[in-house]
Amino acid sequence: MLHLVLFLVFGAICVAGAVNLLIQRHPISSALSLVVVMASLAVEYLLLGAEFVAAVQVIVYAGAVMVLFVFVIMLLNAGEEELTKGSRVAMIVGVPGVLAGGLLIAWVLIHDSGGNAVPLGALPGFPQKIGALLFHEYLLPFEVTSVLVLIAILGAVFLATKPETPPAPTGRKG
Amino acid sequence: MVPVSYYLILSAILFLCGVVGFLIKRNLITIFMSIELMLNGVNLSFVAFAAQWHHLSGQIFVFFVMVVAAAETAVGLAIIIAVYRTRETLNVDQVNLLKL
Repeated sequence: MLHLVLFLVFGAICVAGAVNLLIQRHPISSALSLVVVMASLAVEYLLLGAEFVAAVQVIVYAGAVMVLFVFVIMLLNAGEEELTKGSRVAMIVGVPGVLAGGLLIAWVLIHDSGGNAVPLGALPGFPQKIGALLFHEYLLPFEVTSVLVLIAILGAVFLATKPETPPAPTGRKG
Repeated sequence: MVPVSYYLILSAILFLCGVVGFLIKRNLITIFMSIELMLNGVNLSFVAFAAQWHHLSGQIFVFFVMVVAAAETAVGLAIIIAVYRTRETLNVDQVNLLKL
């Protein structure tokens, strides 16, 4: 019972944050509602027993990634977005796509057999087990992602640095 | 006891919110945040399936998704800064150099 109440409360907060992200016109407001979504998702992970994932979610997503977002919003001094008509392709492809997704959700809801219920903390993901799995079974993907992060760092630094001002034309001084 | 399908429905709703935001938002940074929302919805379904099948691999995949998302954020925001330097705008309607 407690499990269901916690799930519903934090799920409602999660969905409310996501909808607020869509409604708000100022990027900072959207970013803060995204933090709400990520924090309440961390609680959902805890309910499923994924403790380490929940901690990493708060530290990496709600912490590092969102700080990066807020920094960029402030750096670019982004104001309220202008209301313009969306693109035609978004209307033609997007509306049916969203409708199909919504229908899929409805289908799952209707065909929910009620079985496969998980108890509170169904699968405890302790750091010890996660680490053992990460460094034995998934060692190669782990190393590949480390290379990916290195490349991403280099790319970000390269893209974000100001282009050098062209050198002053020589010879004019005579 | 909460059925796994509840978690899947929540993750689908989050993903749909991300898709809708991606389509209706006109600010580059907010569009980027919608993508993060989609990734978060997928992460929730990974964790839910891990709990259903009693296998920790689902939680490992969440870490990989997070790493890729972090790398994507770093590069994407750098690209947004570069776009802003050259075009002086964050509105996607005005970034239309490749449009026919």
